[in-house]
Amino acid sequence: MSDSAYTQLLDLACGAFLLAAVVVLWRRDLATAVRVFALQGLALAAVAALLGAHEHRWDLLAVAAGIGVLRAWALPALMRRALAAGGEARESQPLVNVTASLLTAAALTLLAYAVSRPLVALNPTPATRALPVGLAVALIGFFILVTRRRALSQVVGFLLLDNGITAVAFLAASGVPLIVELGVSFDVLLAVLVLRILTTRMRAVFGHTDIDDLRELHD
Amino acid sequence: MNPAATTVVLFAPVAVPLITAAVFAATRRRDLTAWAGLLSPATILAGGITLAVTVTRHGPVATGNRLLRADALTAWMLLVVGAVATLACAAGPAYLAHERAAGHTDKSGTRRYNMLVHAFLGAMCAAVLAANLGVLWVAIEATTIVTAFLVGHRRTRASVEAAWKYVVICSAGIALAFLGTVLIYYAARQAGISEASALDWPTLAAHADRLDPDVTRLGMALIVIGFGAKAGLVPLHAWLPDAHSQAPAPVSALMSGVLLAVSFTAVLRYKVIADAAVGPEFTRILLATAALLTLALAASVLLGQRDYKRMLAYSSMEHMALIALGAAIGSPLAIAAVLLHIAGHGLAKTVAFTSSGHILHLQRTTRIGRVRALLTRAPGLGAAFALAVLALLGLPPFSLFASELGIVRAGFAAGMGWPTAIALLLVLTAFAALAARTARMLLGAVPDTPAAPLRPARLGAAGLPLAVGLAACAALGITTWPLTRLLTDAAAIIGGH
Repeated sequence: MSDSAYTQLLDLACGAFLLAAVVVLWRRDLATAVRVFALQGLALAAVAALLGAHEHRWDLLAVAAGIGVLRAWALPALMRRALAAGGEARESQPLVNVTASLLTAAALTLLAYAVSRPLVALNPTPATRALPVGLAVALIGFFILVTRRRALSQVVGFLLLDNGITAVAFLAASGVPLIVELGVSFDVLLAVLVLRILTTRMRAVFGHTDIDDLRELHD
Repeated sequence: MNPAATTVVLFAPVAVPLITAAVFAATRRRDLTAWAGLLSPATILAGGITLAVTVTRHGPVATGNRLLRADALTAWMLLVVGAVATLACAAGPAYLAHERAAGHTDKSGTRRYNMLVHAFLGAMCAAVLAANLGVLWVAIEATTIVTAFLVGHRRTRASVEAAWKYVVICSAGIALAFLGTVLIYYAARQAGISEASALDWPTLAAHADRLDPDVTRLGMALIVIGFGAKAGLVPLHAWLPDAHSQAPAPVSALMSGVLLAVSFTAVLRYKVIADAAVGPEFTRILLATAALLTLALAASVLLGQRDYKRMLAYSSMEHMALIALGAAIGSPLAIAAVLLHIAGHGLAKTVAFTSSGHILHLQRTTRIGRVRALLTRAPGLGAAFALAVLALLGLPPFSLFASELGIVRAGFAAGMGWPTAIALLLVLTAFAALAARTARMLLGAVPDTPAAPLRPARLGAAGLPLAVGLAACAALGITTWPLTRLLTDAAAIIGGH
């Protein structure tokens, strides 16, 4: 693969990655959010695969396949099941409306570019130049996590945060060592399983999954 | 020690609790005897003692292709985890018997509880023993996952709420710590450290001066916020009072007594790297800010606290803030005081939380206002709770007195007079609040109700772990022998720069 084709494909995958996060922020429909999240997982796997092909590291291709299975198939399947069990498919009233959310996403992306200047300066390659995208997705994920009111939307926010961080790891240093990558993926899968079970329990004791009603405990 | 023995000693504290958890998970037919639960804490304690002897004589040991490693700090933390786990696991059967008698849990609930507690211990030991900073992160996140269902043990609205907040806030916080880990890894790779060693703590600590300062600064800030979330430090602390007040008493003891400290040890490990890469000022400012904000928050909430389990939870935040302040000071004296404080706080808080579980069973409420004359109603329990709170207030002979004094002295000696003075003022506020609230619970006249004749409740065998914990905390306050050498060595690892 020529260098310019590699750079263009990498930028394309990263662009799709960031766009997916913005679409999740824009749409309130949870089923759409999960579908877009699966596409984002594919974009992330593509980033890993491109890096592997460019550096002739076949182990990275295997990692990319693993990421594709986990983030484009297993996690979305878990979320879809939780949705099917619940029925609350729409985010009711987020704390911040759509226009303001999208403006915030733009601001967060700028912030990501500003913050990651020293990161890019340390080793300016096509991959590290795309690194702010991962950071931006992580920030958008954090934003979704704190502003959404449905339990499952919060899970989507957490997963975006995690996708963003994984992207940073790939773009900065071609991924963390395999044992750490495996441990992290396993932890994320288990965390989502735990959150899914807790959502079921929340529905059983509260009757719905609105985070705003979690106010039994206060000082 | 020969390689085979090293492997056994390093792997046993992780493997034995995990195997015990698996056995509890697999045994469906009948209850395992209560004392089976003490096997894994005893292994951890024995591992801690063996490692303490080995590392003070021969220096750090490692095994499993540098997967697990023990230095003096590891041995110290392993001893603290072992001691606290022994007390908490010894208190477990009595707690569960009460819960079953009250109908809050059943046989499968008990089995699940035992399984999760031992898996929790295994994950915590893995975090203490991990040489690879990535594995350390994985182990600390695993503790969140395992304890989620312990926090939500009762399945009431309050406990589901606490579990949800706990998992969401801690997972998000710890995700930030992972981003920090990734950045440090990136800096290490660019500094020419090979992929296999770029997250290996000893290698990183030795070559930290080669890391890019700007990237390390960004990474360290994320590490302090991220692992600080699990250690109960501002800004991601909101889960702590909820989770600690809803978890079963022995689990609250484990979470408050050691999990917070184990997460903070991760910050200490990174501090060594960041100090060498960007100088000590940066981490000092980060930690001192987090410490003072946490202290201010804990002290102000303690003033108006009406729930005694939440009161103990905020007291944990107060003590973690003091530990963070000591780490910010960073001199060998301060770090030694920090490590002593971790041990003393672990023991005292375990006794306090365990007795709070007994108080809950006796009074069926966690409201401070509804508990009266505890010393008359249940003299043994009241005395244990009173002594534990006295220890937490930092009164002699308990070790928290010595360690708080050490932190304050080190603070003034290191030119951090102002932060230390502000911290002292806030600690005094918390002292007054905690003392007043506890006195209200312990003293007073027993209300005259003809239906309930006054017969002091007896603690019986359940009092033994409480007495042992208090005795150990007091003994550490009088002398650190035979652990002095270990403590000095451990302090030199973090503060010897």
